[in-house]
Amino acid sequence: MSFFNLIFAPGFFASAPVQTALVIGSAAAIVSALIGVFTVLRGQSFAGHALSDISSAGGSVAFLLGISALWGFLGVAVLAAGALELAGLRRSKERDLVTGIVLGAGLGLTALLLHLDIGTRSSGGAAISVMFGSIFAVPASMIVPMLGVSGLAVLMMGLIYRPLLLTSLDPNLASAQGVRVSSIGLLHLLILSLAVTLSAMTIGAILSTALLIGPAAAAVQIAHRPGRALLLAGLFGLIATWGGVLLAYDSYTWTPGQAWPVSFFITSLVSLIYVAARLWAKRPVARRTAEA
Amino acid sequence: MFASYMINGWIMATIIAVVAGAVGLFVVLRGMSFAAHALPLGAFPGAAAANLLGISELWGLIGFSGLGVIGITQLAQRQRRDVATALMLMALLGLGTLFLSLSGHYAQGVYALLFGQLVSVSRAEIWPVLALGILIIAALGLGFRPLLLNTLSPDLAATHGISAGRADFGFLALVGIATAMALPVVGALLVFSLMIGPAAAARSLTNRPATALLLSVCLAVLTVWVSIAAAYISDWPTGFFVGTLAALLFAVARLSRRFHRLP
Repeated sequence: MSFFNLIFAPGFFASAPVQTALVIGSAAAIVSALIGVFTVLRGQSFAGHALSDISSAGGSVAFLLGISALWGFLGVAVLAAGALELAGLRRSKERDLVTGIVLGAGLGLTALLLHLDIGTRSSGGAAISVMFGSIFAVPASMIVPMLGVSGLAVLMMGLIYRPLLLTSLDPNLASAQGVRVSSIGLLHLLILSLAVTLSAMTIGAILSTALLIGPAAAAVQIAHRPGRALLLAGLFGLIATWGGVLLAYDSYTWTPGQAWPVSFFITSLVSLIYVAARLWAKRPVARRTAEA
Repeated sequence: MFASYMINGWIMATIIAVVAGAVGLFVVLRGMSFAAHALPLGAFPGAAAANLLGISELWGLIGFSGLGVIGITQLAQRQRRDVATALMLMALLGLGTLFLSLSGHYAQGVYALLFGQLVSVSRAEIWPVLALGILIIAALGLGFRPLLLNTLSPDLAATHGISAGRADFGFLALVGIATAMALPVVGALLVFSLMIGPAAAARSLTNRPATALLLSVCLAVLTVWVSIAAAYISDWPTGFFVGTLAALLFAVARLSRRFHRLP
């Protein structure tokens, strides 16, 4: 029993915030990891990161209006996806630049909104919770809408799975087969903005890249088939999120009175998983060269 | 607006704008926007770490952006560059959340580091920034031709004995230093706007490298001056004006180019 308590600090399973955190954390991790695989394959990590950064403006608006951060993140992320598409994300040569400019403008807006947040509601905590997340503070009433958003994202991915995969791996072949590459690209961005919203609620706007890119990059290192990569990415995301929630809860007992941030544990676990995946991927190659 | 306590701020901002405009042109030409965004954002926890250790913020920032530069170049050898950048950014920010929460003064400090604070610049703080600024400009001046050649035609540069890997690392290191010195003033999120907005506009307006460099520097200085003045008058954050102006400059330059191209 004492060993059990060492791993799971007392009250872990009974705590309502922990249960909520586990449910929404799992949803965010799975959706982000799945769309992350496509994002990594398409070489659009910057767009994914930009969307999550820009969505922080939405979190700040929500703070200002006193509505749930979910709707703020969601609205702004979808708008930003549209702006990126309009500004010419399709021409790959200029893509980084345009993404950067839109990102800069979005962050400027966040600066203003957070400034107003701090001024009007005297809550310096707004910057922290928007940027770095506050998974234990999400009310249980958000579970249903967040699962709804996750369901929508997974459904969209399922519907366009084949063309999405084909355009991610080989756009030329896809357009030769009559796939409308640009509309699939827009749909990819839309799903991305849903995923980013969920992750921003979980580990914060500027950290949501961790759940998006980390598990997917690790999975792509190991798996050579798309289906397996998706499965592994989802699994990695879940492990990191559950482990992160558990460790953050336990950390109350390490440094009495002060918990370590969940986001720190989740990003550390994701980094560890990536390093492990790299070592794993290296192994057979080393053996092969040794045999030869 | 030009009261004596503001003068240091103006001097500091001008130095930073000159450096950001010059470095930014190469960031834009080399297509390294993501790295230029990730370095400052990943470096900002360095300030919190420095606070914990009781050393100067600048060294913490330089240390963290150095980690970022090494990490990105190492990971990019066996991974797509954008993925490598995202992974490094994630790892540094993760550490950052821990340092920030351990170092106590959390909320206000985070806002200032992310979005910048130009009010309290002392004369003593200007000297290291000026020294680093001169260092960067000198390095850019000395390396201008090889760097430009490597940027525009890596193959041709390789035949002249300029290794692409070394040029990449060296340039990233410059971006890292520029980031560290600009960060406390303009903020982690907007160093990047200042780097790519004016530079992208300058590149749209001219094809000649030297003219573009000059134009980029001038536009960056203009952006910063207008932003500080507007922030002073409106009491809104400087970062908002920097981000918006940078995007506006880019849009205007784009439109004017399209207009001129039409017969």
